[in-house]
Amino acid sequence: MTAVAVTGMPLRRPATRRRAFWRYPAACVAALYLATLVIAAAAAGVVAPHDAGEQDLSHVLAGPSGTHWLGTDRLGRDVFSRLVFGARVTLLDVAVATAVFLAIGVPLGLAAGYRGHWLDRIVVRFADLLLAVPGIVVLLMVVAVFPGNDIATMVALGVIGCPTLLRIVRGSTLATRDQLYVKAARLSGLGTPAILRRHVLPRIAGPIIVQTSLFCATALLAESGLSFLGLTRPETRGPSWGNMVGEASNVMSQDSWLLVPTGGALVLTVIAFGLIGDAARDATMGRAVSAAPLLGHRPRRRVPDPEPTPAALSLCGLTVTIGGATVVRDVSFEIAPGETVGIVGESGCGKTITAKAVLGLLPAGGEVAAGSIVFDGKDLTAIREKDLSRVRGAGIALISQNPTGSLDPTFTVGSQLREVIRRHRSQPRRKADAEAERLLRLVRLPDPAGVLGRRPGELSGGMAQRVCIAMALAAEPGVLIADEPTTALDVTVQAEILTLLRDLQRRLGMAVLLITHDWGVLADVCDRALVMYAGEVIETATVDELCAAPRHPYTAALLAANPHRAPAGRALPSIGGSVPRPGDWPTGCHFQPRCALAEFACAERPIPLTTTTRGHLSRCIRAEDVHT
Amino acid sequence: MIRATARWFASSVVLLFAVTVLTFLLSALAPGDAAKAMLSGQTTAYSPEQYHQLRHNLGLDQPLPVQYWHWLYRLLHGSLGTDLFSGQPITQAINSRLGASLSIIVGTVLVSAVVGLGIGIFSAVRGGLAGKLVNGLSLLGLAAPNFWLALVLVAWLAVQHQVFPATGYVPFGDDPVQWLRSLALPVITLSVGGSAFIARQTRDAMAEVLGRDFIVALRAHGLPLRSIVFKHALRNAAIPIVTLLGLMFVSLLGGTVLIEGIFAIPGLGQQAVTASSTHNLPMIEGVAFYFTVVVIVVNLLVDLSYRWLNPTVRPI
Repeated sequence: MTAVAVTGMPLRRPATRRRAFWRYPAACVAALYLATLVIAAAAAGVVAPHDAGEQDLSHVLAGPSGTHWLGTDRLGRDVFSRLVFGARVTLLDVAVATAVFLAIGVPLGLAAGYRGHWLDRIVVRFADLLLAVPGIVVLLMVVAVFPGNDIATMVALGVIGCPTLLRIVRGSTLATRDQLYVKAARLSGLGTPAILRRHVLPRIAGPIIVQTSLFCATALLAESGLSFLGLTRPETRGPSWGNMVGEASNVMSQDSWLLVPTGGALVLTVIAFGLIGDAARDATMGRAVSAAPLLGHRPRRRVPDPEPTPAALSLCGLTVTIGGATVVRDVSFEIAPGETVGIVGESGCGKTITAKAVLGLLPAGGEVAAGSIVFDGKDLTAIREKDLSRVRGAGIALISQNPTGSLDPTFTVGSQLREVIRRHRSQPRRKADAEAERLLRLVRLPDPAGVLGRRPGELSGGMAQRVCIAMALAAEPGVLIADEPTTALDVTVQAEILTLLRDLQRRLGMAVLLITHDWGVLADVCDRALVMYAGEVIETATVDELCAAPRHPYTAALLAANPHRAPAGRALPSIGGSVPRPGDWPTGCHFQPRCALAEFACAERPIPLTTTTRGHLSRCIRAEDVHT
Repeated sequence: MIRATARWFASSVVLLFAVTVLTFLLSALAPGDAAKAMLSGQTTAYSPEQYHQLRHNLGLDQPLPVQYWHWLYRLLHGSLGTDLFSGQPITQAINSRLGASLSIIVGTVLVSAVVGLGIGIFSAVRGGLAGKLVNGLSLLGLAAPNFWLALVLVAWLAVQHQVFPATGYVPFGDDPVQWLRSLALPVITLSVGGSAFIARQTRDAMAEVLGRDFIVALRAHGLPLRSIVFKHALRNAAIPIVTLLGLMFVSLLGGTVLIEGIFAIPGLGQQAVTASSTHNLPMIEGVAFYFTVVVIVVNLLVDLSYRWLNPTVRPI
């Protein structure tokens, strides 16, 4: 294959991240069960202890015993043997239906998705039509045309079922067709069948397996249903699982045991197909994102009552773990009323986690392992969820880096804003409407009345952020946490939002905790700042001092990598390596593997945060040697 | 709006046409015909002359397209024809049986929606072990064949404990209480799988929505869990759930055939089975026509609910 493209898109088919099948024990058991079933059915003559029709009228309707493992039916026939012979019919029927399902769905879906144009339109119309046709009507007609013929019925079932597969194969193919590696393969002269086989099919195998296992389950239920009614496999032509349930129902009033083995075989087999489908879905499409369970238990911590503090918000020794791994360690700081404190650092340093911990909104598996968060005389890590939800918004509010995604797309701005207002102050609807308009005017949105009637999808990023700020201000919180509020916005809009935040802070006297990775933003808005690295605060000082005389090599390196300060015309210096992930933190100083000043002692034991000059703390034993 | 309505109307007509033509073709392929079925129902033997005479009277000796044209012509004049055997107008025959079938279907959809939503929301909000448990239970619910489940329930709740009648149907107009009792077992039977289906879809959709940024943002604004879960998350998760409810309604049209048979309920499903085995073509066409109309109406309701639930979705 000749490499032609220079973009970042992969030229080779990216290795799909799949978990090996054996990592799913339930699916393995299911597969083993199905394999055993197929083998037993194929070798029924050998496996079954009795013949399917062999009657023993002295032992009718007997329960399970040594000679008849699952008992006998009303003619004294061995139920276990009949199940094994019946599996032949039932499984063959399912196989026929599935073969038809695949034979139509896969090629048509591939062709429609890969060729597109008129072929695509025709195939999609065909699928839509088939989907709309009431399947049972067609099935009954086929049964009437070919009375008792199970194969013909199963072919029809495959045809009726194929549109879902067809649509899914088409959709996946469509998505794969324009990938660069497929285009490259086409350019290199590979024929269409080879491309489909080598590059497209492996990518869409997952959805096909999922749909096929679901269809197998459906086909099994439909087949046994028809056979139960005697429409496809009357009892006179030998056992099938469906007609065995029918047999059982005839003697139900005398003995209901027979319902157990016959129905049980069906239930087990359908479950087996379902488990395989579930595993295939998890393995190839990734597990569904696990959100933090909203009602998940919140460990009650018993802590002494916090000492009164003049600070608006006070964190002391905060340590957060997610799934057992420490992600934030020993973070302490205070914010005075009306003060603006910044947290700066690269992505993955624990800035956002710290902010979320304050509001008790940690992601799945996250918990505060140690430390306290004191607000309004209460330790937020120890109060109940119900009380905490009263603090959120009213005491401490949050604005985030994704303004458009922070609004419910289905409700209008007015409806959401009104709901937040009325949550904090019970007032009549009309008054809340007026208040909503006042808030939008406060964040300087032009045409506030018009914006109230719009949905988030109709707002620009800057407008959405203003709406989010308005919502955050609805209850006049004492503390506002702004998590990278300008990152997602255009440069001009960034400046406007920052100016707005600064003005609002002055007018309303809020304490603000601003999280950012941008020194310009920090210098613009904040009085003091904390620098975080790999879950720890490594330096804290006034913003002026940090910029002029950093006392930690990481701060110095971060400043040097700042585009606003770098000399024009020269390559921007960058810090080699990357932030270690939680769990991979080195002993001693977390920054030491990337640090130019590192010496032996840095790696030996954890470095404490020490005062260098008044109000300036650094977590570095060579603080005096740091120069910008 | 007018264009969308026109498009919907056109595609509905095409679908009705396609289904009725298909039904016609299939029934023509079936060996034997209505004349034979009627004559063999008599106790006395019949002569070939009688047979040909009857075929002629019924119009069965005409070419297929002509037969279909006659049927279509009558339809355009508001008639679905008459039952070949009883002589009753098809619309009347079907309407008298529609109540039983619709009672079962609507009841099942309602019960499945309530139970499935409840379980699905609970498992998404709780997560962890509860989620796994719901997953396992729903698989079990999906796997139980409904005709088998019906028998088990009859054995348990009708024969052993006699809580509900085993068979039969009492129209609502006759006795509302007995009507409810006669519906209990069929509706429970069908709702087991239905609830499991809805629960799984609800759990997946809710888990996805609960992971989105705006949920965290709304919680940060102090909104109570009640509003987060039932107002914001549920509305955002509703589209796949409503889609599934629609599909369920449609597939139940077929699902009732077996259940009506087992519980001896005089519904449309039964009608369809009898009609197809006796080549009662007007009745078969009538049932297919009614089924398709229900499919079209349900799909329309689902589409309209999309627009209400999430106005950003493109119109039908």
